[in-house]
Amino acid sequence: MSDITLIRAESVTTEPRLVRGVVIATVLALIAVLLFAPLIAVFAEALRQGWAASLEAFASADAQSAIRLTLIVAAIAVPLNAVFGIAAAWAITKFDFRGKAFLITLIDLPFSVSPVVAGLALVLLFGVNSSLGAWLVANDLKIVFAFPGIVLATMFVTFPFVARELIPVMIEQGRAEEEVALTLGASGWRVFFTVTLPNIRWALLYGVLLCNARAMGEFGAVAVISGKIRGETTTMPIMIEMFYNEYLSVAAFSLAALLALLALVTLTLKSALEWRHADLLAATRRH
Amino acid sequence: MRASILRSPSPLPGFGLSFGIMMAILSIVVLLPIGALLGRGLMIGPADLWDMVNSRRIWSALSLSFRAALIASLFNLAFGLILAWVLVRYRFWGRKLVDAAVDLPFALPTAVAGIALTALYAPNGVFGQVLAPLGIKVAYTELGIWMALIFIGLPFVVRTVQPVIEELEREVEEVSATLGARRAYTLRRVVLPTLAPAALTGFALALARSVGEYGSVIFIAGNIPNLTEIAPLLIVIRLEEYNYDAAAAIGIAMLLISFAMLLAINLVQIWSRRRIGLV
Repeated sequence: MSDITLIRAESVTTEPRLVRGVVIATVLALIAVLLFAPLIAVFAEALRQGWAASLEAFASADAQSAIRLTLIVAAIAVPLNAVFGIAAAWAITKFDFRGKAFLITLIDLPFSVSPVVAGLALVLLFGVNSSLGAWLVANDLKIVFAFPGIVLATMFVTFPFVARELIPVMIEQGRAEEEVALTLGASGWRVFFTVTLPNIRWALLYGVLLCNARAMGEFGAVAVISGKIRGETTTMPIMIEMFYNEYLSVAAFSLAALLALLALVTLTLKSALEWRHADLLAATRRH
Repeated sequence: MRASILRSPSPLPGFGLSFGIMMAILSIVVLLPIGALLGRGLMIGPADLWDMVNSRRIWSALSLSFRAALIASLFNLAFGLILAWVLVRYRFWGRKLVDAAVDLPFALPTAVAGIALTALYAPNGVFGQVLAPLGIKVAYTELGIWMALIFIGLPFVVRTVQPVIEELEREVEEVSATLGARRAYTLRRVVLPTLAPAALTGFALALARSVGEYGSVIFIAGNIPNLTEIAPLLIVIRLEEYNYDAAAAIGIAMLLISFAMLLAINLVQIWSRRRIGLV
């Protein structure tokens, strides 16, 4: 008897079998066309003239300096954003102050600003025809069309990633554990390193992972502020554009394939984190 | 409970330090640059700003950017709702792979997506070859811009709606069924209104992202002035001419239209939340 009622109960809260089949097939077909096809195209185009030609593309000085620059920019921008994210999450979740909601809106602001507008804003602030820019030039500090500008642009577009991941997790955990550690005589830093950090480490790693993927792939903001000086301010995505516009298709797609591999590694690690440590990630990521 | 904890003064140390670091980095990276952009706009003055923006080429670019973003985000709203439903409610081979792959557009650099889509949809590409005899041109037309924006905006609605579907109580759907509602009616009148606020959040995020998107679009768009030239590209062109005022004018116009749109979506969201309260 129970079997029969179970089957009936199931059937009123789902769609007819035929509908389900058609919907699943349609969704899979669309995913194949919209998501998997572009990914496969990157590798297919990179290997169009064989492995040798593709690997040769990495040997060029342009490609190597682009890879080096991208790695260095990410190595500076991502830790800085992680420090920002931790500081912001600590201030916002452990203390009460006025204007908190407004502050969170400001932290989220870069998500609704075009990367190109972000680059433009940085050029207007630090460029030669602003008063700050003129002062910087007088003191021989170059930001626009130089390395610091690329770091700032990368930080702008990846700004909310770590903070957004940490804030919900730390709100959920409250501050009781930290308070206990404090009453037991631990110093502030010790509380942070032995109580808070272990609690948020997976969420932090998750945020850093997403931040890094976006940092290494940022194009619009960097395109504006870097000035695209070959071999000097060309990151990997900028170099891909240059190769592509010079009809060096294999070189462009080979660099693109390297970034696509990075994306696949990011997705794999991200899924692994979601499956293993779902309880320690922000509630919105749990599924 | 939580509110009362937050209201009491915190005994924890480090407020000054953490608040200081936060404000310093926030100011240098975000607030000062955006302030510089808006300040530039004030210096130019509203009348001159209007004159600078009021040309056919800029209006075409702005309306193209917003129109294409709206079309792509509407597609992603519908597809995202269905995809989230399928991923949570149905069991099929490859479900976990599809679930993980949904985030691909977040992880794949936009320039990579741009050249990949162009390779697929160009007249000699895998999809382009199939579509060409049917008279459909995707690459170097507005259709190509839609495809790029559909790609980069795809994960947003799925990821905002998925957790809500997981927490839906099936009992409510059962009740609806026992009261005689057909499945389609239950989905439309019971399930959909509960998902609406989350779906709108995802829609707004996708829209904001698509409007400003640059990297994935410029390769496939063809960039013909008045036809397939998006607003961010026009900013880049003005900057390359060192015409900072004109670039700032377009940038400010984009910011203002974006914020107006997000505000409108927020209002719809408040309305739809109230509606669930009543249902």
